[in-house]
Amino acid sequence: MSIIKIESVHKTYNPEKIPVHALRGVDLSIEKGEFTAIVGPSGSGKTTLLNIIGGLDRPSQGKITINNKDISTLSDNDMIKFRKDNIGFVFQAYNLIPVLTARENVEFVMVLQNKSQKERDHRANELLEVVGLADKKDNRPSELSGGQQQRVAVARALASKPAFVLADEPTANLDSASTASLLDMMANLNKEEGMTFVFSTHDQRVIDRARRVVTLVDGKIESDETR
Amino acid sequence: MILKLALRNVWRNKRRTFITIGAVAFAVFLSSFMRSFQKGAWDNVIDNSVNLFFGYAQIHSEGYWDDQTIDNSMIYSEELKNVSSNIEKVKGQAPRMESFALASAGDLTQGVMVIGIDPEKEHHLTGIKDKIIAGNYLDKQGTIIASGIAKKLKLSVGDTLILISQGYHGANAAGKFAIEGIFKYALPDLNKRLVYLPLAAAQDFYAAEGRITTLALKIDNSSDVPDAISGLKQNLDLIKYEVLDYKELIPELVQARQVDEAGGLITLGILYTLIAFTIFGTILMMTKERSYEFGVLTAIGMERWKLFLVIFTETTIVALMGALVGILMAVPLVYYLHLNPVDLSAMGEEVTAVYEKFGMEPVIPSAFSPLIFLRQAWVIFLVTCVLGLYPLFKILKLQPVKAMRS
Repeated sequence: MSIIKIESVHKTYNPEKIPVHALRGVDLSIEKGEFTAIVGPSGSGKTTLLNIIGGLDRPSQGKITINNKDISTLSDNDMIKFRKDNIGFVFQAYNLIPVLTARENVEFVMVLQNKSQKERDHRANELLEVVGLADKKDNRPSELSGGQQQRVAVARALASKPAFVLADEPTANLDSASTASLLDMMANLNKEEGMTFVFSTHDQRVIDRARRVVTLVDGKIESDETR
Repeated sequence: MILKLALRNVWRNKRRTFITIGAVAFAVFLSSFMRSFQKGAWDNVIDNSVNLFFGYAQIHSEGYWDDQTIDNSMIYSEELKNVSSNIEKVKGQAPRMESFALASAGDLTQGVMVIGIDPEKEHHLTGIKDKIIAGNYLDKQGTIIASGIAKKLKLSVGDTLILISQGYHGANAAGKFAIEGIFKYALPDLNKRLVYLPLAAAQDFYAAEGRITTLALKIDNSSDVPDAISGLKQNLDLIKYEVLDYKELIPELVQARQVDEAGGLITLGILYTLIAFTIFGTILMMTKERSYEFGVLTAIGMERWKLFLVIFTETTIVALMGALVGILMAVPLVYYLHLNPVDLSAMGEEVTAVYEKFGMEPVIPSAFSPLIFLRQAWVIFLVTCVLGLYPLFKILKLQPVKAMRS
């Protein structure tokens, strides 16, 4: 069953001045449990596609369906609520709220979801255990390495029990060891918990670990390879 | 979570927070001090006038204050005698029979204001007994006269003063009174024209037995006046009587105060504008600096109003901390000056003479009123609310992708 379905999506920036066509008719379907990398050179439209899937940006044309819900028609405020309950995000860097500890960062989305303290504590501790940072739960982001911060970001993305996690170049600022460790962790979550991951990346290390690689060139899907 | 986030964000950039708190505190300190000093000075002027003669409130026959003739006097009835008995804020009353007369001694004459008083009650209200500079205070007979009159008519204690006037309903009024004492008011106007008689003697002189023109009321301070007036109005038949507070009795002084305070408000306005710019600077930097973070927060599902509430709470905490520090700085100084008024006599005899001319001590006390300090905090909060519209506007327009690109 498709949890993400993209139909004829176009995205044009500055349509009335100097139009820049970031996406030109993208069709893509992602099933539950996939570990997919969206790759392509700079300017190919991968971040734009990820933003549109995540409801952070709107297509100029086309339809996005998440869990059978057409999100193209949602208002800004409804979109925020939808993201909170359905999508986990991991950004390139500076993801975390600097004044909160690792545990509080993981808890944050659950607070927005009005989950009970007991449930929040349980899930935050569980997720920090999963990402291997139980001993760093009281550390603030500035006291963690880049790799550790990204692990906390993954834990936060999973805290709301989303339908899938979108990660925009999550390894862009990490060294090899941290990248390998982060990828191992996400691969385990995908394998053991069936969590769907969609990355945008041009990092070969990530591409090598992906089970499906969608290549974008000039705003169009050039290839879609499942391994 | 919102409060926790806001509190931690406040200390995220300690230097900026301290600078903002310092600027707000300084302005609040200055405005609290200025307001306390101005209020204290004016309270002192009003208190002097009120305690010297008028009292904080008076009861008259309806229409007397607009047409002050003896024909508009009223019976000093049991109703009037008991009118304040159940009103806690009214500490006493002094009945008066006030009218004018021509005073004469030998071939000298002088127009005077004759006031019939109950000596004990009048002293309780105005402290007149302490103003006696020769002879004795008024008893049941005789008269006491102001030193200005004594000088003009060349009179001294033991001499006789002749008074001629028109009594109640046109009756002839003439009498002679032994001078028991001479008092001195520093206020030249009063010192030239006041003559006190025992109430019964004045009523007899004006052929107005049992009547008074004025019932002056003893109230401890101006803040008790509204309650006292309200109680009196409930107890009195307002078709027969009028109840006036000090603002209606000495409107020229009250208006002068209003004019002076309006000038003070302009200065306060400038101070608050400075505070507003300081707070706005902080908000502006905070909003710009954290644009990326705002983008992440809305991306992961934080609703805009919650984000605004965090920023607003942060700004309010900083502004109110500044207000609190400013108030804590001002309170000891204002309280000290409340207990130890600024003594202007140190500035020389000329300054002292000017104050004495108006019957006042040459001191400026500072008013110590919690309301003055609370108003500063309230104004700061209002300023913050208005300035909070800027981040609200920014957050409403926030697009996560654009914000994260910045």
